[in-house]
Amino acid sequence: MSSKVIEINNVNFSYGKQKALLNITFDVKEHQFTAVIGPNGGGKSTLVKLMLGLLEPNSGSVKILNMQPKNAREFVGYVPQYIDVNLDFPITVLDVVMMGNKKEHLKESISIFKRLFPIKYSDIEIKCAYSTLQKVGMQDYIDRKIGDLSGGQRQRVMIARALCSHPKLLILDEPTSNIDPQGQKEIFELLKELNRDLTIFVVSHDLAVVSEYAQKIIYINREAFVHDLGNDTLGATSKSNGHFCQVEMMQMLKGLKR
Amino acid sequence: MIEALSYDFVQNALIAGVLVSISIGIIGALVVVNRMVFLAGGIAHSSYGGIGLAIYFGIPMALSTSLFAVASALLISWLSIYHKNRIDSFIGLIWAVGMAIGIVLVDLSPGYHGDLMSYLFGSIMAVSHSDIWIMTILLITILLFVHIFYREILAISYDSEYASLRGIKSHLFYTLILVLSALSVVVAIKVVGLILVIAMMTIPTFIAEKLSKSLYMMMILSALFAFVFTMLGLILSYIFDLTSGATIILTSAFGMGVYGVISYIKSRI
Ligand SMILES: Nc1ncnc2c1ncn2[C@@H]1O[C@H](COP(=O)(O)OP(=O)(O)OP(=O)(O)O)[C@@H](O)[C@H]1O
Ligand SMILES: [Mg+2]
Repeated sequence: MSSKVIEINNVNFSYGKQKALLNITFDVKEHQFTAVIGPNGGGKSTLVKLMLGLLEPNSGSVKILNMQPKNAREFVGYVPQYIDVNLDFPITVLDVVMMGNKKEHLKESISIFKRLFPIKYSDIEIKCAYSTLQKVGMQDYIDRKIGDLSGGQRQRVMIARALCSHPKLLILDEPTSNIDPQGQKEIFELLKELNRDLTIFVVSHDLAVVSEYAQKIIYINREAFVHDLGNDTLGATSKSNGHFCQVEMMQMLKGLKR
Repeated sequence: MIEALSYDFVQNALIAGVLVSISIGIIGALVVVNRMVFLAGGIAHSSYGGIGLAIYFGIPMALSTSLFAVASALLISWLSIYHKNRIDSFIGLIWAVGMAIGIVLVDLSPGYHGDLMSYLFGSIMAVSHSDIWIMTILLITILLFVHIFYREILAISYDSEYASLRGIKSHLFYTLILVLSALSVVVAIKVVGLILVIAMMTIPTFIAEKLSKSLYMMMILSALFAFVFTMLGLILSYIFDLTSGATIILTSAFGMGVYGVISYIKSRI
């Protein structure tokens, strides 16, 4: 039994007059490692924002875990494309990870009295942050200032923040855009490992990397071309799902693959 | 120097210096990490309109400047949420229009208004008991706000989109920070004047940010530096008979220079 985690049906979206997404339809099953590729301005981040309920489609429907995106937020972890962060911002890794904490968790641990001592996290909270950081291999950095970390390390912390509430779906918008090839491979290995427990939906520019890991590849350039590989990855097979624009997909693969 | 402390107005000046420097230090930290310095500048200058209102209609200055500053804070907050990309132009507009309203209203008011300079550069020796009360209430409000909502404030300051996704009302907190900074600016006008208030908000904060690992620590250090610079400035201005607001700012700038030299030497060792 594999239920649908993401269901996108005939979605259209435009910013004012500018059409960003046209008739997008696809779904993602539980534990399916899904990658979205496409050119700059193709609408990838727009699609992600629709899935988070930050934007509403003009027509069509977006369902996450059978819910409206806004109601599904607590089951979704999100790693933004590029946070326009001030590297001098005084904040530790622990603080950042705690931002992703479950809401109920936050309420329970913060009575009005405790709120008067806001910098002390409870033991439960610290334990939770520590174990989440362990998953991404950053537990030794828990007290470091985030601006002092490397780009790849910071991205791992962002992933930990997204994992903190134990999501069922993890959405990452170009998690490796500022990271060297080695770091990129490490992040994708990490995602592969996390994929055992949750569904991964990752936006990337790099088909070569993605094809090694993804079971489903969606190419978006206003319209979507879906390439479903079942349980395999492109690395294992080149069998194409016939009823999506196969020709375009293959052209796209030829064009982008090194 | 010591006998000066027995005068009522000197005591008031010192107490006002303490209250205002701590408020401005804390709020300055929030303004800087939220990149609202230009916004706060707009609010500070537009509150000159409130001074004009007070003179023209003969209403209390504290009331009219507070109302004017809070109104511009709300307007700026609304504009920065719905017209993010053009916010610079709008702030420039509010900044200038507020000042223009003030100037025209003063022109229209009969009589002599010789003490206008004191609003531009501060008049700490003229602080009254009721001013002290207002400053105390504001400081307590700020302290409660940053303690009770520390996590929310931290989250929206660092990454407001993510904070919204986690159910935090980003717009609300953004607006509250702006309103509190508007009120802090108004009380600081007494101490350093509206021209210099932004320097008082940003210089201690600049040093504090470099030395801090958390926003909480940054607020504490920034309040501490603001306090030290203000007290030093007040003492120097008394000894050499200088304008207190300007002396406080120059003391702060000197402190920043000292910090710069120390950190440069440290980085070379
Ligand atoms: N806030 C916005 N207002 C108006 N137009 C926008 C906005 N955000 C995106 N767009 C437009 O929508 C289109 C899709 O943008 P989107 O950010 O989704 O692309 P993307 O695939 O994520 O690109 P990139 O690879 O550069 O991240 C682009 O043409 C862009 O100009
Ligand atoms: Mg994008």
